[in-house]
Amino acid sequence: MAAQGEDLNLEATELRLGLPGTAESEKQQTPPSGRSMKRNLIDVNNECGSDEEESNGSSAQKCDKQDVHRPSKAQVVGWPPVRSYRKNCFQKKAESESTGVFIKVSMDGAPYLRKIDLKLYKGYSDLLEDLQGMFEFKVGEYCEREGYNGSEFVPTYEDKDGDWMLVGDVPWNMFITSCKRLRIMKGSSEM
Amino acid sequence: MNYFPDEVIEHVFDFVTSNKDRNTISLVCKSWYRIEKFSRQRVFIGNCYAISPERLIGRFPGVKSLTLKGKPHFADFNLVPHDWGGFVYPWIEALARSRVNLEELRMKRMVVTDDALELISRAFVNFKTLVLVSCEGFTTDGLAAIAANCRFLRELDLQENEVEDHRGQWLNCFPESCTSLVSLNFACLKGDINLAALERLVARSPNLKSLKLSRAVPLDTLQKILVRAPQLVDLGVGSFVHDPESETYSKLLTAIEKCKSMRSLSGFLEVAAYCLPAIYPICSSLTSLNLSYAPGIPGSELTKLIRQCRKLQRLWILDCIGDKGLGVVASSCKDLQELRVFPSDPYGVGNAAVTEEGLVAISKGCPKLNSLLYFCQQMTNAALQTVAQNCPNFIRFRLCILDPTKPDSSTDQPLDEGFGAIVQSCKGLRRLSLSGLLTDQVFSFIGKFAEQLEMLSIAFAGNSDKGMLYVLTGCKKIRKLEIRDCPFGNIALLTDVGKYETMRSLWMSSCDVTLGGCKTLAKKMPRLNVEIINENEEMEECIDDRQKVEKMYLYRTLVGPRKDAPEHVWTL
Repeated sequence: MAAQGEDLNLEATELRLGLPGTAESEKQQTPPSGRSMKRNLIDVNNECGSDEEESNGSSAQKCDKQDVHRPSKAQVVGWPPVRSYRKNCFQKKAESESTGVFIKVSMDGAPYLRKIDLKLYKGYSDLLEDLQGMFEFKVGEYCEREGYNGSEFVPTYEDKDGDWMLVGDVPWNMFITSCKRLRIMKGSSEM
Repeated sequence: MNYFPDEVIEHVFDFVTSNKDRNTISLVCKSWYRIEKFSRQRVFIGNCYAISPERLIGRFPGVKSLTLKGKPHFADFNLVPHDWGGFVYPWIEALARSRVNLEELRMKRMVVTDDALELISRAFVNFKTLVLVSCEGFTTDGLAAIAANCRFLRELDLQENEVEDHRGQWLNCFPESCTSLVSLNFACLKGDINLAALERLVARSPNLKSLKLSRAVPLDTLQKILVRAPQLVDLGVGSFVHDPESETYSKLLTAIEKCKSMRSLSGFLEVAAYCLPAIYPICSSLTSLNLSYAPGIPGSELTKLIRQCRKLQRLWILDCIGDKGLGVVASSCKDLQELRVFPSDPYGVGNAAVTEEGLVAISKGCPKLNSLLYFCQQMTNAALQTVAQNCPNFIRFRLCILDPTKPDSSTDQPLDEGFGAIVQSCKGLRRLSLSGLLTDQVFSFIGKFAEQLEMLSIAFAGNSDKGMLYVLTGCKKIRKLEIRDCPFGNIALLTDVGKYETMRSLWMSSCDVTLGGCKTLAKKMPRLNVEIINENEEMEECIDDRQKVEKMYLYRTLVGPRKDAPEHVWTL
C-alpha cells in the first residue's frame, strides 16, 4: 500500500521526535497566526536512537525551537496510535514475504557445509535434486513406511523441537517452517 | 428500615446488575450495605493498583467474576516501559488463599505468567471464563494448564495477546470429558496447531457458539469444523486460501450454507480474494464483520462482499476500502452503529486511502452510527460539522489523522470548529480522541459542551495551560485523561488538585510539567500515586526540580505507592 519502497524501508522504521510532515502540506509556509509552532519540531537529523522494540517516546533530546518549516516525513514514537499487536501483525507479514529461509546443509564426511534458501524450491524432489548435485551423492527411493531405500545416504533435518527427522514425512510447507538445518547422513549406523 | 427478610432483599438486589447502581444501594443503610456486600458477584477494577486484592476480598467476599485492568492505555502504543507493572499473580494468589470461588476472570493490559494460569486452573474448581485482552507474559504452556484442569471451562478468549508459542499441543490438553466450551478464541497464536485435536474438541462441544481460529488453521480444517459446528454464531477464520475448483472448496460451500446462525465473522488472517465468494451465503444475516486483520483484499472485493451485508451493525475494516468503498458501506449498511477504519500501513504516515469524504458519506447513509475509530489522510471542519449534524448519537468518536498536526485540508485552519461541532451535537459523547492541528479553542468547546465525556485522548494539541484547564474544570464526568506532546505545564496540573481524586487516571508525556510540579502534587494529594517514568536518567543522578518530566502517570488509589515498580518508575 505505502509508496515507500519494497526494500528495507529504513526510513519508515526510523525513530524521530519531529512532526511528520506531508508533501501536500508543504504548501503551507507559515503556521496559522496566534498559534506558536509546537515544540517537538526538531532537526530532521536529530534521531532518538533507541531500538524500535523498546521505543520509549523519550523526549530527552527534544528542543523548543520555534521552527517555521515543517520537517520531512518522519516517524513519531507511538504514532499513529495503533496497537503494537496490530502493527506487529502487519510488519511480520511483509517480512515473511520478502526474506528467504536460509539453512545450513552438512553431509557426513564433507569438509565444509553449504547454505541454501528453502524458499527457492518447489518441493522435496526439487530440493533433493539440488542437494544431490551439490554434494554428489544419490538418495534412495522414498516410501512412507521405510524411509529411503537403496542408498547409504539419508537426508535428515533438525526441527524446531531439536529432534532429527527424516526429510519427506511432513507436507512441504510445514517442512519449510520447521526445518532448522539439514544433514545428509551416511551409512546405516543411525538405525 | 427493612420490612422484608434479608433473603427477599437479596433476591431483589439480584435484579440490579449495574455496578454503579449496586454501589448506590450500598449507601442506603448498614443492612443494605451488608446484604449487597455478600451478594455482589461481579466486580470491575479499572486500575489494579487502585486497590489491593486483600481489600477486594474483604469488601466482596462472594466475588465470582472479576475484571482487572493494568497498564495505562498508552502502553498499547509502546509509550510505557515493558516492565512497568500490572502483574496478576498476586491477585490470583490472594484469591486462592482466601478460597474465593472465582468463576470468571477478565484482564486487560496485565502481565499474566504461566504460573498465574496454572494457579487459576488448580485453585478455582468452578472456573468457567478466561478473557485476556492485550496481555503478555504467558506461553502456550499456561494455556495447556487451563485446558487440562478447568473441568467446566466455558470460555477461553484470547484477544490480541503476545503469546510465546511452544508447541501446538495445548489443544490436546482438553480432556475427552470437556464438553462445556461455548467460546474459544485463539486467533492471536502464531504457532502450529494440532488440527486433529482441534477437530475432536469442536466435535465434542455441542454448545460452542463462538470460535476464532489462528492463521495456522487451514481451509480444509475449517470445512471439517463447520460440518461439526453449524450452530456457530461467531466465527474467526484462520487461513482462507484454497483452490476454488477443489472438492474441499465445494464441501466448504455446502458447510457454510448450513450455518444459519452465523452473525459475526472475523479473521481471514491469510486470505485469497477468490475464495471470498464462499461466504456470500451468510452475508445477509451478518451483524458484525471484522476484516481489519485480513491483508491484501482489494477494495473491489471488499465492496462486493459488503454490499451483501445489509444487516451489518459493526464493521472493522482496513483503509484500503477507500472513500468509494465507504460510500458502498453507507448505501448498504443502514443499521451500522460501529465503524472502525484502520490504516493498512501502520508504519506509513499520510498514506491512508480514506479522507473526510468517506466519513461524510458514512454519516449521510448511517444515521445510527454511535461509535467511530477512523484513521485518515486528512479532515476538514466542514466535514466534521456535517458529520455532527447527521450523527448526533455518537458515544465514541476517535479520529486519527495520520499526520498529527495537520490542519483543515481545504482551509488550512485548525480543526477546532469541527471537533467543537461534534461535542456540541453529540450530547451523549463519552469518549473522544482528537488529532490534527488544534488550539486551546477546541478545549474550550470540550469543556463547555462535553458534559458526559469520560475519556479524552489528546496529542500534539493546544497552545497553553488554558487548554488543559478548560477540560479539567468543564468536564465534570471525566475519568481518564491521556495527553502526549502538548504544551501543558505545572499551572494546568496544579490548579485543581482535588479533581484527580474524581478521576481514574491522568497520563502526561512529553508535556511541560516539571519534576517540581509533580512533587508538589504528590505532596498535596496523598491518595494519589504520582508515578514518574524516566527511562533515560539514572536513579542516583540528582535531578533538577525544574526539569521537565518525560512521562507522568497519576491515579487515585486506596493502597498507597505500589511495591512492584521497576527501577525507572518512581512514585513521588
